[in-house]
Amino acid sequence: MRELEYPFDGELILKKSKKLKRALLEERSDFLEKRIAVLGGSTTHDIIRILELFLLEQGIRPVFYESEYAQYWQDVMFDNPELRSFAPDLIFIHTSNRNITAWPSVSDSAQRVEELLSEQYGRFQAMWDKIAEVYRCPVIQNNFEYPFFRLLGNQEGVCPQGRIAFVNRFNEKFYQYAREHGNFYIHDIHYLSAAYGLDRWADPLYWHMYKYACCMQAIPVFSHNLANIIKSVFGRNKKALVLDLDNTLWGGVVGDDGPENLEIGQETPMGQVYSEFQSYVKAQKEIGVMLAVNSKNEHENAIAGLNHPEGVIKPEDFVLIKANWEPKSENTGAIARELNILPDSLVFVDDNPAEREIVSAQTAGTAVPEIGTPEQYIRVLDHSGFFEVTSLSEDDRKRSEMYQANMARKVQQERFADYREYLLSLEMQGTIRSFEAVYMARIAQLTNKSNQFNLTTRRFTQAQIESFAADETYITRYGKLADRFGDNGVVSVVIGRKGTMADTDIYRRGETPGAAAGSGMTADSAAAGSGAAADSTAAAGSGAAADSTATADVLHLELWLMSCRVLKRDMEAAMMDSVVEACLDCGIKTIMGYYYPTAKNAMVKAFYQTMGFEKTEETDTGVTVWRYEIPADYEKKNTVIRVKRTSKAQQQRLLR
Amino acid sequence: MSREEVFEKLNGVFRDVFDDEEITVTDATTADDIEEWDSLEHINLLAAVEQEFGMKFNMGQVVSMKNVGEMADIIIVQIG
Repeated sequence: MRELEYPFDGELILKKSKKLKRALLEERSDFLEKRIAVLGGSTTHDIIRILELFLLEQGIRPVFYESEYAQYWQDVMFDNPELRSFAPDLIFIHTSNRNITAWPSVSDSAQRVEELLSEQYGRFQAMWDKIAEVYRCPVIQNNFEYPFFRLLGNQEGVCPQGRIAFVNRFNEKFYQYAREHGNFYIHDIHYLSAAYGLDRWADPLYWHMYKYACCMQAIPVFSHNLANIIKSVFGRNKKALVLDLDNTLWGGVVGDDGPENLEIGQETPMGQVYSEFQSYVKAQKEIGVMLAVNSKNEHENAIAGLNHPEGVIKPEDFVLIKANWEPKSENTGAIARELNILPDSLVFVDDNPAEREIVSAQTAGTAVPEIGTPEQYIRVLDHSGFFEVTSLSEDDRKRSEMYQANMARKVQQERFADYREYLLSLEMQGTIRSFEAVYMARIAQLTNKSNQFNLTTRRFTQAQIESFAADETYITRYGKLADRFGDNGVVSVVIGRKGTMADTDIYRRGETPGAAAGSGMTADSAAAGSGAAADSTAAAGSGAAADSTATADVLHLELWLMSCRVLKRDMEAAMMDSVVEACLDCGIKTIMGYYYPTAKNAMVKAFYQTMGFEKTEETDTGVTVWRYEIPADYEKKNTVIRVKRTSKAQQQRLLR
Repeated sequence: MSREEVFEKLNGVFRDVFDDEEITVTDATTADDIEEWDSLEHINLLAAVEQEFGMKFNMGQVVSMKNVGEMADIIIVQIG
């Protein structure tokens, strides 16, 4: 929605929030529902009101818990039962420098300042540790903004007694905690207040009148920035940047002016602006963003422009270059298809409003920022937060390489008439094992962002993933796939729960047995969206379902997903083999699979059928139930991937 | 700006903030007359009024304002 895209009119959003909310709810129905606890050290009412809009805009429908005024610390430390039963998927702690209760005074010794710092930091740390232990969900914590006055003037940052020095050291401690703890994210209001303008941000009227830590007008900026972290944690980041060339990456039109006359490089002010923008774009690769070109140009002219000696970005930095005379909306669609991602994972950047309009109208979900003039490009892209970084995995850094390897595979494929022969020529090596510590973050990330090859579309936090791994009731498998063109990293995840045939009834309703893990396990599927989901706790509490594993003779597949970058590589067959083997190891002969339809996962509607399952039921919401009896003479379905099964640790155990 | 024009603009702001096209405010209108007008919505309302008229209420005014009539008085003085 235009009104909520950066650069936005914050005052309009504040004024018309009710109307905007109604429109957002009418716009779509496939929301991801998330339970968000907002624990405030100051008033949070309007922060929540506007945060809801920005989350709805990202396809996330929040349910909020709001602490009583300034009860953030008490709510956690004294186990507020209301917060406990709310079972948050994410906790946001809204504190500010107004919550620093003991500032150093000028006469304090350096040692006293140190004590003040560690006492107050200790309160925060105790709270975070408690959250990690009790709620095991992601935490977003504000850092501190600068105070609006300076007793020591320009020495505030120099003298240890100065408030600026104190805030800086306090923040550094927060950052240190964030570096050492997963699932913990800083909301940088220190930066935000500076970018907004500290004098306006910290207007004391709003504190003394309403106990707001920042002025009302800054709240949209605040909530937008916060929503960016939340959507990133829940896997809603964009994945690729699709760029126009002429007057977007350089000044001038390469086809008309010739590559030698383009404005790029240090010779002219405009050339410098484009150079800086090219550097910014190129750096996106390092945080896992894929770059593509979508330009109305002859291909050879586009390449000539990109090879300009003063240019920072080169043809090989792009995973795809579409330089032709097709409508840009068609190119955008083609880019999404060829990268195997959805159009709503793309950001399209073009200086020409007419081109932006056609892409925006024709390619549903693609973000098309009002990019402004060349000197504004970086700020608009940057503040939009399309690629908000919450975890930098090795996979993110290598993403562009992996997609380029995929392109090489396509070329390879064309040389083979027989598909199996092609697969063999890839010399694929898989690693399929139970969840292991190093991959927990990536596994959680996959459960949150896989939409297409995803049978149940259940979203899990890292803490939940870790709890499955530790629980004997669950069979977990992650799969990695490498081949002669490169390593795809972790691409498939399967989670199965041991139980009895009676549990089938719970799963077909889109629910899960076991109240403990049940909290965050709401599938954002049509099935779970129906009214039946409301009584899930009742269902989970009752029934023979949650009994010991001793009687368990059925494996219920709660999750089966795969990254689309390895479609048609027989990786799913290899995963099946591994699941079957795990079942046989613990005496299970029956596997039950479930397909919950969503707007995006039609491609796996008949997946279980292709794996040899038999359909036993189809509900009126489109949920299908599948049964597989493992035959005595089970034959491996995968014949093209060489699979490593045991981890180093397991091998060592076996050797001993 | 005449008092009538101020009230016309105020009606627009109230309608946006409370998302209710039926609202018409008068000199005597107070928070008791509009169901959703509580202390929290009050902050939002004042911010929207400030934006509409390009002015700012100071703390003393916010504290002492009794009804929409007084609000209009302040606005008229401030925008001249």
